[in-house]
Amino acid sequence: MRIKKHPILKFNYSKKIPFYFNDKKTFGYPDDTIASALHAQNIRHLSTSIRYKNPRGFFCGIGKCSSCLMKVNGVTNVRTCIAPLKEGIHVKRQDVMPDIPVSDFKENKIEDINVDVLVIGGGPAGLSACVELARIGASVLLVDENQKLGGQLVKQTHKFFGSKNEKAGTRGIHIAECLSEEINVFEKKSKVKKMLGSTIIGFYENKNNNIFRFAAVKKINYENFLYDIRCKKVVFATGAMENMLVFPGNDLPGVYGAGGVQTLMNVYGVKPGEKVVMVGAGNVGLIVSYQLLQAGIDVDRVVEAMPYIGGYHVHAAKLRRCGVPILTRHSIKEVFGNSKVEGCVTIKLDENWNEIPGSEEKIRCDTICLAVGLTPSIRLLSQLDVKIDFIPEAGGYIALHDKNMQTTKKGVFIAGDSSGIEEASTAMIEGKIAGVSAALQLGYNTKKCKKLRDEYIKELEGLRMGPFGKKPRIAKEKIMKKLSEKKNI
Amino acid sequence: MKQYEKTGILDTKNLKKPTMKQLKKGVAIIECVQMIPCNPCVDSCPVNAISMKDINAPPICDYDKCIACGKCVGICPGLAIFVVKIKDDKGFITLPYEFLPKPKKDEIVDTLNRKGEKIGTGIIKKVKSSGETMVVTVMIDKKDIMDVRNIRVKQND
Repeated sequence: MRIKKHPILKFNYSKKIPFYFNDKKTFGYPDDTIASALHAQNIRHLSTSIRYKNPRGFFCGIGKCSSCLMKVNGVTNVRTCIAPLKEGIHVKRQDVMPDIPVSDFKENKIEDINVDVLVIGGGPAGLSACVELARIGASVLLVDENQKLGGQLVKQTHKFFGSKNEKAGTRGIHIAECLSEEINVFEKKSKVKKMLGSTIIGFYENKNNNIFRFAAVKKINYENFLYDIRCKKVVFATGAMENMLVFPGNDLPGVYGAGGVQTLMNVYGVKPGEKVVMVGAGNVGLIVSYQLLQAGIDVDRVVEAMPYIGGYHVHAAKLRRCGVPILTRHSIKEVFGNSKVEGCVTIKLDENWNEIPGSEEKIRCDTICLAVGLTPSIRLLSQLDVKIDFIPEAGGYIALHDKNMQTTKKGVFIAGDSSGIEEASTAMIEGKIAGVSAALQLGYNTKKCKKLRDEYIKELEGLRMGPFGKKPRIAKEKIMKKLSEKKNI
Repeated sequence: MKQYEKTGILDTKNLKKPTMKQLKKGVAIIECVQMIPCNPCVDSCPVNAISMKDINAPPICDYDKCIACGKCVGICPGLAIFVVKIKDDKGFITLPYEFLPKPKKDEIVDTLNRKGEKIGTGIIKKVKSSGETMVVTVMIDKKDIMDVRNIRVKQND
């Protein structure tokens, strides 16, 4: 199940890391997570649904869904898709509701951190905010759940669109390296402190109104260590999570988010399967299909319920000239298989989105990828009293914010997909805007910062001018309108 | 709705056709017809043959200015630029390629159209790299230069 040769990527298979799954010895490689090592051994059944006792595999691959929770060295609820593989660990399916981990924090002392700005999320938006803040002079704490910075850039092997300012023509993986390197330089100068493998678990009461207080949990050897963080400003760049689609068999191991599959193959070098049916012809569906082909995996077809291809034509053309059919007005009806995906049934839709009886087609395949949109991750942000509203064009519930990326609470900023689903180039600019805005409030070099921010805002508006920028443009207009309504009340 | 939005396949009618004189010199055919915020091709051109009204406008190649150097082929994030040329009664296409095995000089490969169907064979004349993207020149039948848009290299094992 390992990708041996790849046209773009190199994988580190230098050393075998032995570990145990259900008491049986197996192995992975140094860059693996627990879930990727298990997948490479063809173990896709990671957990069992409590109610129906159905086998479950992971869906998102980035620590946002709960279908990969396992017991590691006796610690329950470990998100194995983002937990690093360590030598000699014992991994088990937990298959029942776990106990409260009472002993987890008992003997560990709590560490305090005081900082100007807390940036939550080390993807394109968070990293850009962090670089901007550090450059201006603020002290920053950057917290991310993964072991490596870059967010979803680390799996994006395609070259980015945009202009020189957004590093157009450069692959996402290289942009992640560039931004991480900048962060490392600032870290050496003690401007930035980064906490990887760490999760902000909540927003807490604080006596001083000008200070925000959060708690973070850092995982070391699957054990939890608690941090008490106080900051003057906070930037939420928490990203998004892939949407699920409702159809019979959607919980079988082998039904993944397209991004989850992209992580598995491009970050860990593990094939999700041998033959894939892709659902959704937006940019994510088209790009991941092409990357599956690059990894030597067969893409049987792409089905799209809309009457047209939603992603860029150039991405569709890349797939078509490799012989992959894209069927518009087609959807997935069901997935079948005994404890794993063995095939699916697709169906044609009429102009009113109704299924056309008799148009079913049965396809043998072992993997289904769902590329049917994203939902902003705002659960942590919802703990603060910021105004939240449902904006369909932004992908769901988001915090209302102004053009400086500030929410309705002073000192709380957002950027990237968590402020409305878009893409990485605009996420980077939003991150820069949020960073400069936070620095401005801290009192840094007002004139220079204001000028910089105006330039970024102009650049962002420019990127959204075309037809593909219409949805985020409408989303942001609606947000502004709701914001002014709220102010008038 | 345009046909290519439904099928993912561009009709050559959507493209500006070069004249025989321009073809003999070689030109970059840019198969990027939508309004996408992207402009590295403009920056990559050493003779300013590629222009764009603004970052969202589709790029336009001035076939008279173009020197068929192929720099834009390796840069384009959409892998949507192809250099075509006719010389000594043979067709030459330079295309971006990101698959293994790597094509080798003088190797015979299948040539594919925009639908991925085999329409003939060609001989690899040149393989350059632009980052991890290979920029491959294939000698083909001159009648196919507006149709060949991909190659299939024989798997070694």
